[in-house]
Amino acid sequence: MTAVEAEHVSKRYGTVVALDDVSMAFADGEMFCLLGPSGSGKTTLLRAIAGFVIPDSGSIRIAGERVDDVPVNKRDIGMVFQNYALFPHMTVRDNIAFGVEAKGGSRAEADRKVAEMLELVQLPGYGARKPRELSGGQQQRVALARALVTRPKVLLLDEPLGALDRRLRQVMQVELRQIQRSVGITAIFVTHDQEEALTLSDRIAILDKGRIVQVGAPQDVYERPATGFAAQFLGDANILAGKPDGQGVTLTDGIRITCAGATARVAVRPEKIIVAADGDKLSGELINRLAGTIVQAVYSGNSVTYHIACPSAGPETLLAFVQNRSGELLAPKTPVTLAWAASQTIPLQD
Amino acid sequence: MIRALPYIGGSYIGLVLLFLYLPVIVMCVMAFNQSELYALPITWSTKWFAALWNNERLIRASTNSLWLALANTSVATTIGTLAAMGLARNDFPGKSILRGLLLPPMAVPWLILGTSMLVMFFWLGLGRGLHTLLLGHVALSLPYVMIVVGARLAGHGVQLEEAAATLGAGAWMTFRRVTFPQIAPGIIAAALFAFAISLDQFVVSYFLASPGFQTLPVEIYTAIRKGFTPEINAIATILILISSALFLLVARFYRFGGER
Repeated sequence: MTAVEAEHVSKRYGTVVALDDVSMAFADGEMFCLLGPSGSGKTTLLRAIAGFVIPDSGSIRIAGERVDDVPVNKRDIGMVFQNYALFPHMTVRDNIAFGVEAKGGSRAEADRKVAEMLELVQLPGYGARKPRELSGGQQQRVALARALVTRPKVLLLDEPLGALDRRLRQVMQVELRQIQRSVGITAIFVTHDQEEALTLSDRIAILDKGRIVQVGAPQDVYERPATGFAAQFLGDANILAGKPDGQGVTLTDGIRITCAGATARVAVRPEKIIVAADGDKLSGELINRLAGTIVQAVYSGNSVTYHIACPSAGPETLLAFVQNRSGELLAPKTPVTLAWAASQTIPLQD
Repeated sequence: MIRALPYIGGSYIGLVLLFLYLPVIVMCVMAFNQSELYALPITWSTKWFAALWNNERLIRASTNSLWLALANTSVATTIGTLAAMGLARNDFPGKSILRGLLLPPMAVPWLILGTSMLVMFFWLGLGRGLHTLLLGHVALSLPYVMIVVGARLAGHGVQLEEAAATLGAGAWMTFRRVTFPQIAPGIIAAALFAFAISLDQFVVSYFLASPGFQTLPVEIYTAIRKGFTPEINAIATILILISSALFLLVARFYRFGGER
């Protein structure tokens, strides 16, 4: 069953195309992430579902019903804004009760639901405080409680954790996920943070220039990116171009890269590459090999990123992430062999 | 030398303020001088204030001015706030032109505005009196109201209102519970502006007042032409007190001169 559906939705602002014929079905109870760079249309799509953006063409359905002519306040949605947008002149209790009162609920009903919500977001006893007396993480939870109190059909989150520092963001990711599951609500959230997208979501849609590039579970999207953009926006990728023949690609200097279903461009993730110096033994399974020299080693404690020049791959250096097992770095100008498995070579559609 | 700098700056500002306040102070002091000819030394007396209460014309003009100012404040603040919201929260063609057109009326001399209003009201057959005074004062106050309220609205952005909409609130609930509390300081400041503009208004009122309905500034002017009495000092002192108190209130609500 689909909770929300976008059908051929397009939106332009002057000459800028924000959404270009986007169709997408959001399943009941799933945590769905719209991921893309700024200007990709992810926020426009979210705001079109909320009703703040009226599409030029196409249609939005919520719980099966067309809402194209339904104003925001009648759409039965909950939304968490980037900077929370808590009402600063109201207490936490009044912030959360607002939605109940807007729908005509009594004071007693509001009080009961506020208590329930504060319990859910682990802030019992905070009802009398003003938003400015709360920390960023607590404000985030109040915003979530306020959005959920009316049991909306869908929860929309616009960069929900963007204003928090890294550590708190990780804590809130886990909590947000737990709350979403326990309430069983369909959640659609927008982010440009790839790690957040991978950890939080059931499914990810990658957007670029108003179009959906790829949709899938985090693992599918990361391990099998469809295009060069998807490969490089979600994670890092080395891209090799050559002549495809179905079983592999022949690079300009004749070196062959094996890859099932090869296209003219194939990708390999930096962490899938083994960097072997002279004399290191390589397993036969790592069938794809390129000779190169270390250009730069970037040390980051638990791992090392090597920038490697490979003449066969073209002028751009390739990236390889290596676990820091030995505690020693390969010096620049060291000749190395890059090796990876055929199964780790991803054919790209562009 | 460097340590003396703050004191030099302080004294300089003191001198500027003295320049501003000296005529006012002289007038207020003279209001309490018994001598009609401003003879020194001063003999303190409140006789001119007492005489004021028997001056029916001045009292009536003061009441007129007060009611006019109150009416102007409510009309101009209401219309202006609604217009400012329309301008701040909607996009429509020609919006920036409309917004820009708010400024010139504030730059046009009141003398010219007053003359043109008189001409227009006669042309329309409206004549002169309370109704034209009110129309004129509202027209003078509106740009100030819209700019002050508009600035406050712009400072708050639409996000809180959007949040209210997602929670199911309609336009009226959103205004009452979210927008109004946010912009209330701006509305109060705008109302005080409108009140002061009307209460102090001489130029435009002079053209639009009828013999049957005089405002205080116009009455004072008429009285001075007949011969200056210290009663005028007394009423002026009262007026100065009211105006100053209002502007101090504006400053407090609108935080002119920094956050204090």
